[in-house]
Amino acid sequence: MSEFPIFALIDCNNFYASCERVFQPKLAQKPIVVLSNNDGCIIARSNEAKALGIPMGAPFFKYRDLIEKSQVKVFSSNYSLYGDMSNRVMKSLQMMVPDMEIYSIDEAFLRLDNIAYDNPIDLCFDIRHKIQKWLGIPTSIGIAPTKTLAKIANHIAKKNLYDLAPNNVCDLRDISLQNQILAKIALTEIWGVAKGIASRLSMVGINNALELRDADPKHIRKILGVVGERIVYELRGVSCLSLEEIKNRKNILSSKSFGKNVYDKSDLQEAIANYIMRACEKMRKQDSVANGLHVYVRTSPFVAKHLQYCRGESIGFVVSTDNVSEILKMALKILDKIYVKGFVYKKAGVALLDLQKKGQEMQSDLFDNSDINQQKRMELRQQTVEKINQIFGKNNLGNDSVFYAIQGTKKSWAMQNKNRSPLYTTNISEIVGVKF
Amino acid sequence: MARGGFRYGAGRPKGQGKYLESTKPIRIPISLVGKVHEYIDNKCFNLPLYQSAVRAGFPSPADDYIAETIDLNKYLIKHPTATFLVRVIGDSMIDAGINDGDVLVVDRSLEVKNGNIVIASINGELTVKKILKNNRGVLLNPANKKYSPIELKDFNDNIIWGVVTSVIHKF
Repeated sequence: MSEFPIFALIDCNNFYASCERVFQPKLAQKPIVVLSNNDGCIIARSNEAKALGIPMGAPFFKYRDLIEKSQVKVFSSNYSLYGDMSNRVMKSLQMMVPDMEIYSIDEAFLRLDNIAYDNPIDLCFDIRHKIQKWLGIPTSIGIAPTKTLAKIANHIAKKNLYDLAPNNVCDLRDISLQNQILAKIALTEIWGVAKGIASRLSMVGINNALELRDADPKHIRKILGVVGERIVYELRGVSCLSLEEIKNRKNILSSKSFGKNVYDKSDLQEAIANYIMRACEKMRKQDSVANGLHVYVRTSPFVAKHLQYCRGESIGFVVSTDNVSEILKMALKILDKIYVKGFVYKKAGVALLDLQKKGQEMQSDLFDNSDINQQKRMELRQQTVEKINQIFGKNNLGNDSVFYAIQGTKKSWAMQNKNRSPLYTTNISEIVGVKF
Repeated sequence: MARGGFRYGAGRPKGQGKYLESTKPIRIPISLVGKVHEYIDNKCFNLPLYQSAVRAGFPSPADDYIAETIDLNKYLIKHPTATFLVRVIGDSMIDAGINDGDVLVVDRSLEVKNGNIVIASINGELTVKKILKNNRGVLLNPANKKYSPIELKDFNDNIIWGVVTSVIHKF
């Protein structure tokens, strides 16, 4: 055990593509792309697809020809699968390294110094081996004295830059190695440095990670504030950022593109109602209440011949609430305001804003004349509905057993996911088949 | 009037708030905040229901045995994060009690042992076989005389997708 912290950042390589490959081994070494909800944009690529020059985030239709010609396997996104596999990765990591922070669906920070293990590198090899064997997911690990340096080490590990990580593990704890490497790292590769910040730094003559590290922290503080100063110290190996506990989200979004062109308000109402349900479900699960609500609708920016329209509106609640039917009512009121007949709608979304823990200093409304008992009854009703839905689950159309009429049953606006792989790990009727 | 300090009679009179009595701040673990609120709101906790209703005179003698159910997941799955279910297609393993349409429990964290039933990835396809190692090499054996074994000359662990630990057969 060492007295200074040792951080590692583990990142699953091409996570979505890797998940698909677990259940279709014949896709190993084949180019794969995964599309966003509604098959709009390319959101994940295997290394082979990257090598073909297919860029991240590109609209699918622009690269359709190249994709067909090069026999790239196309998947609609299968978030049930990716979410479940991510859970399995994180739980497996937790068994080996109790001190961890889940940073994203496919990344986690680990503290390696509190563990009885002779050499952190050996531990990392062990972790990589286990995640590969147990779950079929390849990973890369960067080790360093701070989170910011670990992020850089991970970047090197993933691509085996400068041949420093032939086994996808990069140890950046050595100062002389840091001195060598940081000069080659562009500012935008540093955690927390976006393009805007990088250009502000280059105006004062700082062009790479080494120059930022050796800059005067007080000077940087003047330019970028305390966050920038912290980056300087982190690059120097002085740990300022520790592992963070899982925080509840401040806002919850639910938005999706429609599967077809939507003209009618009734379809939009149905969609908005369903998004509200999803968002409220998430909010209630984390035991929060919302202080505001945003609803927006928009046309497709990719269809130039259509008249474009995009409008959203937010309202703040007088009293923070988690009352689903109240929130739904307000969302539909906003829709009434922003809906204009005659446009071809392609997307809508809702956001519950400024969430706080339920029961924490709730400011009550001076003019609120609803009685406490009624609120309690509504809460009880909601809990009952949730219990029923938990027991009976969703029907084939994806509706809960008990739902609001306005959510509709046809869902003609629902999105396309023509190429979604089966729900291998979350639905017994879709598990993978094994043949002779 | 003196500046600052305590002023007698200032502020809201005690005992006039939500609870109609004096209150006192205390530290409690965040995880219990909900429970304490629940207690204050209802003046009681929601306790788990026992299985039989309480009737005067005849308490069920089974009430003392806290209701616990058999968990098939626990029985069938030792390593949940590394365990996957797969479905059998075909009759190549019927002599091992594995039938068409059965669900197999596959544990990927186990090391393969000679004689295990495994899921192997052969030419990119997943297949279920019994693994037999001898000094000549590795054989993947079906359990049905209609099919012949596959001999693996260059065996490596990557071929093995996982070890089958049980079969679930529904009648």
